[in-house]
Amino acid sequence: MAKMTVREAISQALREEMYRDERVFIMGEEIGKWGGTYAVTRGFLDEFGEKRVKDTPIAEGVIVGAAVGAAMAGLRPVAEIMTINFAFLAMDQMVNHAAKIHYMFNGQIRVPLVIRTVGGGGRQLGATHSQTPDSVFSHFPGMKVVSPGTAADAKGLLKAAIREDDPVLFIEHATLYQAKGEVPDDEDFIIPIGESDVKRVGKDATVVSYSKGLQLSLDAAEKLAQEGIEVEVIDLRTLRPLDTRPIIESVKKTNRIVVVEEGWRSYGIGSEITARVQELAFDYLDAPVRRVAQAEVPLPYNRRLEQSALPQVPDIINAVKDVMYLK
Amino acid sequence: MAKELSKEELLRLYREMVLIRRFEEKSAELYAEGKIGGFLHLYIGEEAIAAGACVALRDEDHLLTAYRDHGWAISRGLDPKAVMAELLGKATGVSGGKGGSMHLASAERHYWGGHAIVGGHLPLATGVGLEVRYNEKKAAVLCVLGEGTTNIGYFHESVNLAAVWKLPVVFLVENNQYGMGTEVGRASAVTNIFEKGCAYDIPNKQFNGQDIFEVYETLEEALEHARENGPVLLEAVTYRYVGHSMGDPERYRTKAEIEEWRARDPILRLQDKMTAKGWMTDELAQEIAQSVEAELKEIVRFAEESPEPDDEALCKDVYVNPIPHR
Repeated sequence: MAKMTVREAISQALREEMYRDERVFIMGEEIGKWGGTYAVTRGFLDEFGEKRVKDTPIAEGVIVGAAVGAAMAGLRPVAEIMTINFAFLAMDQMVNHAAKIHYMFNGQIRVPLVIRTVGGGGRQLGATHSQTPDSVFSHFPGMKVVSPGTAADAKGLLKAAIREDDPVLFIEHATLYQAKGEVPDDEDFIIPIGESDVKRVGKDATVVSYSKGLQLSLDAAEKLAQEGIEVEVIDLRTLRPLDTRPIIESVKKTNRIVVVEEGWRSYGIGSEITARVQELAFDYLDAPVRRVAQAEVPLPYNRRLEQSALPQVPDIINAVKDVMYLK
Repeated sequence: MAKELSKEELLRLYREMVLIRRFEEKSAELYAEGKIGGFLHLYIGEEAIAAGACVALRDEDHLLTAYRDHGWAISRGLDPKAVMAELLGKATGVSGGKGGSMHLASAERHYWGGHAIVGGHLPLATGVGLEVRYNEKKAAVLCVLGEGTTNIGYFHESVNLAAVWKLPVVFLVENNQYGMGTEVGRASAVTNIFEKGCAYDIPNKQFNGQDIFEVYETLEEALEHARENGPVLLEAVTYRYVGHSMGDPERYRTKAEIEEWRARDPILRLQDKMTAKGWMTDELAQEIAQSVEAELKEIVRFAEESPEPDDEALCKDVYVNPIPHR
């Protein structure tokens, strides 16, 4: 085990997989000479050379599309989209190509592709650079979507994604890069795609989240524990295909659930979890499911307004108390 | 260097073009009978391009096209029976009945698909070209598109990247004069499509797509340039005699215009040239037509008698490694 930041964990996963498999290469805007706008790929150009570290034009459609084509032909590209807000420019390649090709051509073509990108608000970047549209990208069969909330999960999930034969969207969070955690040293350390994880055991209420929301939920759980409330925190880690087993098990124990996400509530991750819980554990619920999410506005620039629009620890604490009828 | 096409080769190509045309006419009939669903885009009038280009295309080369793809699939060596079976949505189709007319492919023949989102396959072709360079192979990628596609962002993103990275891609525009029902000049500021290659400083050329000799020679040279150097933009001037898809009211053009193009028919043109060389007679043409009819009958019989995909096919191949929703 070694203590490292999420940034270091992602960087290490990339580096190890590039050494392990010659077919793995990275491409994207400013990932080479610049070293990545979030410094994840700093030093990679010197280490691996231009063949395997490809700076691209600012042209998201062809970044993802060329990565899909290279994957179809047998390479294992890791394409970086500088932020998830720009991934909308590559949406057609993700939705109509990457997610469809294996099925549409009857399994004869594979797309072993990873798209790394970063989302999230809280950095005063304004409405177009601060979105958390994870649920939008999780809508499509054919694509796998993962979003880690810890350093260990970041490393293990990225390595799993690179070794995966299906297209995987890997969503990082802009405010988590400095978060530290213990990460196993094993070069074959993998977190399987499609497995949720219980991050904190509790009996009074279930809180489900992922990515930045996981950190907020763990903070809320810590504070609630001081008041004698034991919250179980479940980390989704994979958004598609969704693993609801630990959630349902937990709800059967706690009978109360709060879902925390940074994106908008409408048609969100929480909407999906809520629907599954009522389908699979309706009789176990002692309170309506509560969703904690972003205010339904484009994120404003002003720091105070932006923070008030984003989910915060007190919002989660209040929601837990709500489902426990403690107010 | 382009080789001189031999008598045998030309007879094979002539037969292939006749087969494609009859295949398409038969498809239209089957569509009218309700046996083919969805969209159906016919290649009638453009046969010389696929047939001629695929002579220049080697086994190790790659092919990607848009959705007017039946002729390309056949010329690239896919079994016409399996192509027709795909049109009928059968399990024996090239895409197992799950792709349809617009999504023919054969990984084995390096035909990475007919693609139905206009422009969507240009980035894919660029990426296939990247693989060729990455693994230092000597091969080219032929990316076939319509002239309407040169107005979409993907065209510019892909040609630019292919030029910057010197990828071995030949972008072959089939300019059939109309993007659906919109003629070139109403949609493109530059009507000599090949001139768009100047913007990216790559070799570019316009040629007669109705002449299979010109098609073959141009493609031979362009593909070799791509293998050795980098991308090329080609414009084959051509025409489709039938509507964009089935049920096109064709209000955008006159019958006279279609007749004018029919006089420049690629099959008749080849027939005339072969006749001049003494390699074709009316009797021989008749014989070939009969042999094509016999093959077509077999193609349709195979497709009609083939089974539908079973229920298991529905959820198969969404992922290589499926994880059940739990």
